[in-house]
Amino acid sequence: MRRRLPWSFWLGLALVGLLLAVALLSLLWTPFPVGQVRVVARLRPPGGANWLGTDHFGRDVLSLLMVGARNSLAVAAAAVGLGAALGVPLGLAAAALGRWGDELVARLGDLVFAFPAVLSAILLTAVLGAGAVNVVLALGLFNAAVLARVTRGAALAVWRREFVRAALALGRGPLSVTLVHVLPNVLGVVVVQTTVLFAVAIVNEAALSYLGLGVQPPNPSWGKMLGDAQTHLFTAPLQAVFPGLAIALSVLGLTLLGDGLRDWLDPRHRSSGLL
Amino acid sequence: MMMNRARSFAVATGVFALALVGGAAAWAQARTDLVIGMSLEPPHLDPTAGAAAAIKEVTYANLFESLVRVDSSGALVPGLAEGWTVADDGKTYRFTLRPNAKFHDGAPGDAAAVKFSLDRARGAESVNGQKGYFASIASVETPDPRSVVVTLSRPDGLFLFHMAAGDAAIVSPTSAATNKQKPIGTGPFTFDRWAAGDRVVLTRNPEYDGPKPALERVSFRFISDAAAQIASLKAGDVDAFVQFNAFEALPEFRNDPKFAVTVGTTEGETLLSTNNARKPFDDVRVRRAMAHAIDRKTLIDGVLYGNGVPIGSHFPPHRAGYVDLTGLYPYDPAKAKALLAEAGYPNGFDATLRLPPPPYARRGGELVAALLAEVGIRLTIEPMEWASWLDKVFKGKDYDLTMIAHTEPLDIDVYARDSYYFNYRSAAFVRLEEELNRTQDPAARNALYGQQQRLLADDAVNGFLFMLPAVTVQNAKISGLWVNRPIQANDVTGVTWK
Repeated sequence: MRRRLPWSFWLGLALVGLLLAVALLSLLWTPFPVGQVRVVARLRPPGGANWLGTDHFGRDVLSLLMVGARNSLAVAAAAVGLGAALGVPLGLAAAALGRWGDELVARLGDLVFAFPAVLSAILLTAVLGAGAVNVVLALGLFNAAVLARVTRGAALAVWRREFVRAALALGRGPLSVTLVHVLPNVLGVVVVQTTVLFAVAIVNEAALSYLGLGVQPPNPSWGKMLGDAQTHLFTAPLQAVFPGLAIALSVLGLTLLGDGLRDWLDPRHRSSGLL
Repeated sequence: MMMNRARSFAVATGVFALALVGGAAAWAQARTDLVIGMSLEPPHLDPTAGAAAAIKEVTYANLFESLVRVDSSGALVPGLAEGWTVADDGKTYRFTLRPNAKFHDGAPGDAAAVKFSLDRARGAESVNGQKGYFASIASVETPDPRSVVVTLSRPDGLFLFHMAAGDAAIVSPTSAATNKQKPIGTGPFTFDRWAAGDRVVLTRNPEYDGPKPALERVSFRFISDAAAQIASLKAGDVDAFVQFNAFEALPEFRNDPKFAVTVGTTEGETLLSTNNARKPFDDVRVRRAMAHAIDRKTLIDGVLYGNGVPIGSHFPPHRAGYVDLTGLYPYDPAKAKALLAEAGYPNGFDATLRLPPPPYARRGGELVAALLAEVGIRLTIEPMEWASWLDKVFKGKDYDLTMIAHTEPLDIDVYARDSYYFNYRSAAFVRLEEELNRTQDPAARNALYGQQQRLLADDAVNGFLFMLPAVTVQNAKISGLWVNRPIQANDVTGVTWK
């Protein structure tokens, strides 16, 4: 019997759906033009024409948050996409090649894991310059290492199973076995890991933008909004609350969604009935 | 309130009364230590070997002395030289040194040290941050240990002014090589220690031959993060923060009787520096369009929270010779668009704005980008660290636009330099500069400065934005800190506690 999805999955789905909807809506409509500066109307509290108030340049906070959602999602999606495009084939290859191929991928992974993702991103942006593209590159490399390791582990388990041995005995080559038998069986794990990495990427992008290394103004970003709010904490604390909430809810949504998906997709969890 | 309550309690219990009196006595003794907060840490402590302002902001008048000194009002007063005379031809300066000046290591602060310092600063191997200050010197002679005669190759109206700069600090031949880590000067404070990344500590020089400062111990603490600066003041970790630039926090400090906030003038003309050699900025119509598109009031309110004065050219309003040109290009987006169309950019253009770290540049750059976007100039912002900004923008001249305050005093002469990073070439300006160098009469000099300012404004060489304010947030019990910053310095020799 198929297990019912937990409520947390639906909550996660709702939050992520909301995030996506807001990001898409911002392409068509924001309450105010997003870059519009009105210094005389700065630091307004929520209410009135500016539903969530205005920031230190008098820009509409809601508009900034909406476009910020789009930037956040775009950077995270690109970083995770890059990670999957590099990491999954590498992981599959490592499992299929064994020996030195496996060793090579594992050591490359160690190299990346030697530094925390944010630290290596800071390093990379220091060398290549700050900006969204370099953040995608830095986070993408980290994600590639994570996904390569996860894929390799899952693929190795599949390689030991009887139907793979049967396929090999029938004369199938490693490439064909990988594509036909291994890939479909590791896809569930990869998808779950991807949602987790997506959440991590949103946090890391915010952290880098907070430090001034990520998405650059005039493009709004949640992390930059938090950074700008910092010196206003005593006078206008709400400045920090809204972007903070946006980041927290997005990460919560993605994490719950990932958890729910794992329960649903992961064969071991399903059969053992754990969680 | 607390005191009153404590007192009434003390009347009832004599023991507490005694304790209170003891406490009051301890308070009556004024403090003799001071912790000053600064945003930037100096790369080293030798003012004669680098342009970084932070070096002079620790050492000027405290550790090192120059022949002449700039006081808090910007006037020239005696430094290591107690007096000087200028010959009528404007080319011979005779300095008389203080009789008992000594370096902190005991070496004499005499004419030989002065000759050594000046020759070193203008020599072929000089790494002085302002080598140009010494370029007019033809020879330095020392007729006796207390007299120095400097002969110039040409009259130089700014010579004394330049000899008062931190870059012209007098160093000893015995210690010049090690001043970067262990600075030894002739000043009223000696170097105690430098905890890298944290603070530099100075202590009073008991051997000083001039008036002794009231403070025994001065620490300069380096805190770059704006939120941490605010917190350090609130917690009492620093007694005063100079060049405080979290302007948004000022109303809070103004409302708190524990603190005093002063807003003074600096020499920092803040510019939207423009690469005049690069398309489309080589077209004066484009530069004028940008001038019409930038609303200085929005910038001053948005970035400085109103604590700044607009400028229309490269000259501070508080100096004699200033001409108000702020009305030349009134804020007029329609006119800006028309000028852009005339120059062949009816739909605007894309450019890059490279920004150094200070908040006025990062915040100001964001606002400038928003203002220019309204007339179709789309800027991509590239934040940079100091090292790469200096390397790529300032030295390499690889930039479209940048935003920076030019804090050297009377530095309008940089526009006459061939190789300066604005890439501005004007024969007319160079002619004015040459005439200025030949002119000693103050009124005639001011008239020439006025012509220079007009020329720069007409050519709209850079975006002339505002004067950077000198904001100090300090414990209300401190007096004697400079309000204005006529020179890069944090002279603490006159600071006392109430």
